[in-house]
Amino acid sequence: MSTAQERVHLSHEHALRLLREMLRIRRFEEKAAELYSAGKIRGFLHLYIGEEANAVGVMQALTEEDAVVATYREHGHALARGLPMGEVMAEMFGKVNGSSRGRGGSMHIFSAPRRFYGGNAIVGGGLPLAVGLALADRMLGRSCVTACFFGEGAAAEGEFHEAMNLAALWRLPVLFVCENNFYAMGTALAESESNLDIAAHAGVYGVPAEVVDGMDVVAVEAAARRAAHAVRQGEGPRFLEARTYRFRAHSMFDPDLYRDKAEVEAWKERGPILKFHDWALGSGLIHESGVEALEKEIAREVEAAVAFAEGGAWEPVEDLTRYVSTGDEAAA
Amino acid sequence: MSEMRRITYREAVREALREALSRDERVFLMGEDVGAYGGAYACSLGLLEEFGPERIRNTPLAESGFVGAGIGAAMNGMRPIVEIMTINFSLLALDQIVNNAATIRHMSGGQFSVPLVIRMATGAGRQLAAQHSHSFECWFAHIPGIRVVAPALVADARGMLPAALADPDPVVIMEHATLYNVEGEVPADGELAVDLDRAAIRREGTDATIVTYSANVMKALAAAEALAGEAIDCEVIDLRSLRPIDDATILASVRKTHRAVVVDEGWRSVGIAAEISARIQEQAFFDLDAPVERVCSVEVPIPYPSHLEQAAIPQPETIAAAVRRTLRR
Ligand SMILES: Cc1ncc(C[n+]2csc(CCOP(=O)(O)OP(=O)(O)O)c2C)c(N)n1
Repeated sequence: MSTAQERVHLSHEHALRLLREMLRIRRFEEKAAELYSAGKIRGFLHLYIGEEANAVGVMQALTEEDAVVATYREHGHALARGLPMGEVMAEMFGKVNGSSRGRGGSMHIFSAPRRFYGGNAIVGGGLPLAVGLALADRMLGRSCVTACFFGEGAAAEGEFHEAMNLAALWRLPVLFVCENNFYAMGTALAESESNLDIAAHAGVYGVPAEVVDGMDVVAVEAAARRAAHAVRQGEGPRFLEARTYRFRAHSMFDPDLYRDKAEVEAWKERGPILKFHDWALGSGLIHESGVEALEKEIAREVEAAVAFAEGGAWEPVEDLTRYVSTGDEAAA
Repeated sequence: MSEMRRITYREAVREALREALSRDERVFLMGEDVGAYGGAYACSLGLLEEFGPERIRNTPLAESGFVGAGIGAAMNGMRPIVEIMTINFSLLALDQIVNNAATIRHMSGGQFSVPLVIRMATGAGRQLAAQHSHSFECWFAHIPGIRVVAPALVADARGMLPAALADPDPVVIMEHATLYNVEGEVPADGELAVDLDRAAIRREGTDATIVTYSANVMKALAAAEALAGEAIDCEVIDLRSLRPIDDATILASVRKTHRAVVVDEGWRSVGIAAEISARIQEQAFFDLDAPVERVCSVEVPIPYPSHLEQAAIPQPETIAAAVRRTLRR
């Protein structure tokens, strides 16, 4: 028997919400790329363009009490999780009004109020952390889910396997979400796994796993709702493998020479925003005028986020050693 | 003197890799994205086409696994060069390096050697924040059983790899990520392998000795240049090897200048600068005219914004200020 929590209710409002959330990420990322070229954002910048359906779909299945762990490709997750766009942008500028006071930058977005536990730039590093977050929730008697996002590249790391076993062994409330975009930097999946079926890797630890079309936001939401519901019921961890694709290079340093242009184009044709937009329009769930209004609203939000970041202060150099140990938060 | 030619640090590494692969069938390169991608820092670009996937062996993200595999292959007749993208990720392989590579020769009573070369990028300065910018060189330099070298000059980037491959024991080569685009000179022909044991004097001087390694050699030289304008004549020593440390070169210099400043991008506490400083004070205490100064990274994980990152790591200005302190100027 399925309950309300488990199902997707595709009302007009919900369809608009899904489209809005995906478009917010897309437009934010496009602006970030522009600002990177302008030198406002520095270091590594990993864009989420093409993968928006995953973060947006999964977040629909989470409540405010749930926790989220992400990677260095996490701007989309942060936005979908409800972090204010201005704070995310300011973080990428390195300003003090950023979500992590500018200390972490693009790869290390954190938010305690949103239970957003980073922004981890060590591949696989977030998985054991998620196990621990879930362990604490369980020991403290909370019925929360910890959603842990990572790329398929992480599945080769020992930490993936150790975390999977621990979560299964202790039946912890973790929702593992593998965003399989088929490339870890320049390494294709077939070059990195003896068994290409990533979901099967979770299966051997007894973690029920499902493969979902990561370009279909409704499919992702539906799968995430089912999985999160099971986790919440105390059935132990669940695993989703979302098959997806990054439309841009790995980072701004990557010349992207290892992928066939035709392959990239083919994936773009089934892009998550394009696909959902066309489908929702066709089925009369949303209207072109509504989409136009949405684009305008998002353009204003992005503009405001940039202004917020531009207007932010730099942390004074005298405060360099703050936030290393608890108790040193006060200015020097 | 033979003629010189100018190449980048990256080209020097690539040339050294190509030479090693051409000279010795047992040599192979293994690491993340060393294949089609050409290496995270493009050091192996083109080598896959030249040597094929057996010898330019792309690995999954599995640092502990492929470093351990490199150790096994080295013990069993091969001469692997393992590339770890950055020192930050080498922490995932530290167990294999410390508990296997560094100990097997001793634990086996000398029966097995591990002729392995591990290369990794290190250092801050590119706004990559706290998980991509640290300098853990001292962790490796702490361990008996491995050799640790850090090429600062292009000629060393070119010459340390063949020397490391000739070593019958594990050698870790630390390549500072800010150096790959730097140009420098290497001999046009002849033997390019360099001595791994000795530190090098990069600038001669009489008033104070600056001891450092890797990218900070350039910062120390810049500081020395600035101080020359104040009639302070610095000697700059490039350690080159962090294990073993060439005490003789350091001590000879300090006995001449009577003052020492040690510069290290690692944190100040329990680091390489502490070690060098202790050695100077143990062996040349009565030659010193001032306490040994240390210029190290501030004790904070490296922050993302440029102004904080630059404030966290040694700079020519902070090095010069330390030199002045030793001269009470
Ligand atoms: C332990 C570790 N090894 C290597 C890296 C360098 N690196 C950063 S991202 C990346 C590729 C990861 O691919 P995947 O997990 O599939 O995620 P994606 O980037 O495709 O989202 C690599 C090799 C790292 N950050 N951490």
